[in-house]
Amino acid sequence: MAEIRFILNGAETVVNEDPTMRLLDVLRDLMGLTGAKEGCGEGECGACSVLVDHDIVNSCIMPLGNAAGRDIMTIEEFSKTERYNVISRAYEDAGAVQCGFCIPGMIIATESLLNKNPHPSEIEIRDGLSGNLCRCTGYNMIVKAIQLAAERGDGLW
Amino acid sequence: MSDISKSIPKSDSAGKIAGETIYIGDMVLDDMLHAMTLRSVHAKARIKSIRLPEMPEGYFIVDHRDIPGDNCVNIIFDDMPVFADGKVNYIGEPILLAAGPKRKKVKEIIDSIEVEYEPSEPVFGYSKSVVHHEFEKGDAASVFCKAERIIKGSYSTGYQEHIYMEPQGVIGLYEDNKTTVIGSMQCPYYIKNAVVRTLGTGQENVRVIQAATGGAFGGKEEFPSLMGCQAAVAANKTGKPIKLIYERTEDIETTTKRHPSRIDFEAAAGEDGSIEALRVRVFLDSGAYIGLSGVVLQRAMIAASGVYTISNLSVSGDVYETNTVPNGAFRGFGAPQMFFAIEMFIHHFAIETGQDPLALRKRHLASMGDPTSTGGTFRDPIIMGDMIQKAIDMSGYDEKIAEYSKPGDHRGIGMSWVLHGCGFTGSGEQKHIKAVVRLRKEKDDMVTILAANTEMGQGAMTTLRKIAAGVLGIPIEKVIYNNPDTDLVPDSGPTVASRTVMIVGGLIARAARQLKEKWVPGKEILVEERYRQPDYIEWDEDKLRGDAYPAYSWGVNVVEVEVSPVTYEVDLKGIWAVYDIGKAIDERIIIGQAEGGLSQGISYGMTEVMECREGRIQQRNMTDYIIPTAGDCIPMEIVIMDNPYPLGPYGAKGAGELPLVGGAPAVALAIENAIGKRIDRIPATPEYIMELMENG
Repeated sequence: MAEIRFILNGAETVVNEDPTMRLLDVLRDLMGLTGAKEGCGEGECGACSVLVDHDIVNSCIMPLGNAAGRDIMTIEEFSKTERYNVISRAYEDAGAVQCGFCIPGMIIATESLLNKNPHPSEIEIRDGLSGNLCRCTGYNMIVKAIQLAAERGDGLW
Repeated sequence: MSDISKSIPKSDSAGKIAGETIYIGDMVLDDMLHAMTLRSVHAKARIKSIRLPEMPEGYFIVDHRDIPGDNCVNIIFDDMPVFADGKVNYIGEPILLAAGPKRKKVKEIIDSIEVEYEPSEPVFGYSKSVVHHEFEKGDAASVFCKAERIIKGSYSTGYQEHIYMEPQGVIGLYEDNKTTVIGSMQCPYYIKNAVVRTLGTGQENVRVIQAATGGAFGGKEEFPSLMGCQAAVAANKTGKPIKLIYERTEDIETTTKRHPSRIDFEAAAGEDGSIEALRVRVFLDSGAYIGLSGVVLQRAMIAASGVYTISNLSVSGDVYETNTVPNGAFRGFGAPQMFFAIEMFIHHFAIETGQDPLALRKRHLASMGDPTSTGGTFRDPIIMGDMIQKAIDMSGYDEKIAEYSKPGDHRGIGMSWVLHGCGFTGSGEQKHIKAVVRLRKEKDDMVTILAANTEMGQGAMTTLRKIAAGVLGIPIEKVIYNNPDTDLVPDSGPTVASRTVMIVGGLIARAARQLKEKWVPGKEILVEERYRQPDYIEWDEDKLRGDAYPAYSWGVNVVEVEVSPVTYEVDLKGIWAVYDIGKAIDERIIIGQAEGGLSQGISYGMTEVMECREGRIQQRNMTDYIIPTAGDCIPMEIVIMDNPYPLGPYGAKGAGELPLVGGAPAVALAIENAIGKRIDRIPATPEYIMELMENG
């Protein structure tokens, strides 16, 4: 057990737990934040993506100990932002959502990508999504959604 | 609504994007126990003894002795136990559940259970036939007797794993003499019927509720019945909610997959170069239990002549039992194996007889009025001629195939033609499913669709609401479709077999017409419709004769590749497809189905390797079992034709499976064109291409 301090969705947070506990379990089981999903449990699929210091991280392979002092944002908090509104509208309009299980992770990947590169090329978008698997769509509508978001949200990133 | 096909926002997208949609893994109930499964480590063995650790307070073991009814999962063929009883037939077969408040502790209990096995010789390969079917059309035997030239081919296909992003999961509950199963599923009534039988109880004592389902592709057709029964038995024993969620490795190793197959052809060449007679033999590996493999075999066999009319046909097939993880439903249901085989074979036949493959294929292409493989009739207009031309024009197929066929060119292009029978095979809808749907109008004039079909990403919720709203002439916001709950909705059948829009949507459209006639504002009205098979459909279930399907969807797929001459890696360069699904109820949803399905079909043909050695699955996680990433996929150009089917709602036929079916043969033919070597198995991986290039 150890006392781990970090910022979670804007709030100072202290967790007294085994530092090897997966961040994903901390979020889902201790905090009740179920937007991040477990698709593979080994850092392959990206369904568990969260923003750590505004960079995309697979929370299923990040031990709680590594969260100490970091700023963590999940889909629950990101969905309150203006950037989210633009991204979510773009996903809806592009028809990018099928079963939805990968989508919160995809939204986090989209934010992480656009934050670094507000006007990505198609290749850069595909690269930026390569850590997030989707089995339903064949990705083209997701790529389209990100292109739409980048275009409509010009100036937001 | 001017044109039904015009896309609208999907009903379920907003919650999914925000992460607010609750999947089964997100659900937490008071006093809930976590369950895990103890599994066989032998492919075939007798269980001599099981030694349990001392159980801490509040932890339970649940096994076959706790089953009040039949220890059998109610699938089509009743051979799979809910929990192993004294013997195991595959590695990973469930023996018992351990359940308790802390997952970590449950895992410790599972790890400390000692099972003593007496292993015996397992069966692998195509040796133990457990189901056999055959049918004839014309008189193939006498054509073969006189044939001057017989061309042969043998094709094999590997496993395919669904990799729905959400692993399998259910929660079982027991309250007031009623057992409830909530979970990720395609077929609530399959689970209900299975649980009723396993608990040995009445229909009124079991309730099944679908949770948001994170992808299925057939993988959540029959498999969740097993987990549902286990969770139900555990909930009844403990009196507490039981949550049974698979981890990915467990899901990959122990759930159903697409059947590996071998398909052999012999064709008698006529003097004019046509295929006068075709003999087809199908081998399917069912794994340890038959389940629905016999039906998968039938669908594969019925597709034996592909989209071609061949007058003399002799088809036989067997399901072989092996001591491996049971195989089951997967988008396409036997057709992807057969279409890979027949599309390759007709090409190889043409090349061996010195003909242009495209010309031979066009010559045999089925037309309206032709007899089907099983002696039924293609009753509706077939517009494949137009579709093929469109695909050729879009892709530049003619010029490319000429150029890429030159020696030393590493590029290739391939085209596949497919059909997919919509709905259950034969009289399945009429005899077995007997679908019922209801519409209920409330006093506030909101209309709820009461049907058991599930949204699993394919857009059922939006599409079915759109049909009802369109017929009623009311805004779509006035139509409600909730995740099915068997206490609230009638059995409209499973969400499988490309039947949801054509069959269930058709019933909803009929119910909506009935409601429209009876419509009185401010009054509660309930209407019901039941499935009626068109009178002209005749099907002999034993002999496999007659109209196997009421309607067919059609597709043309073109794939262009470049194969590295150094690493033999295959890069996709272009993908084009043209589909006739009658009428798109929502064009963007259909394009989504097309792109996702075709992508799965192409990677089935070139990427997705799963092997089983001595009964053990070798690719145990998503690092080993590769599905395409965004970087592996490329834009697709897809055209949806308008060819309304008179009995479908707004003219719609089935669409969910069709795009997958043609992916593998299109990419395999493209690779074949690129490397100039004959491909007779999938996936066509770089290793296999290297083998072909280096060994001739």
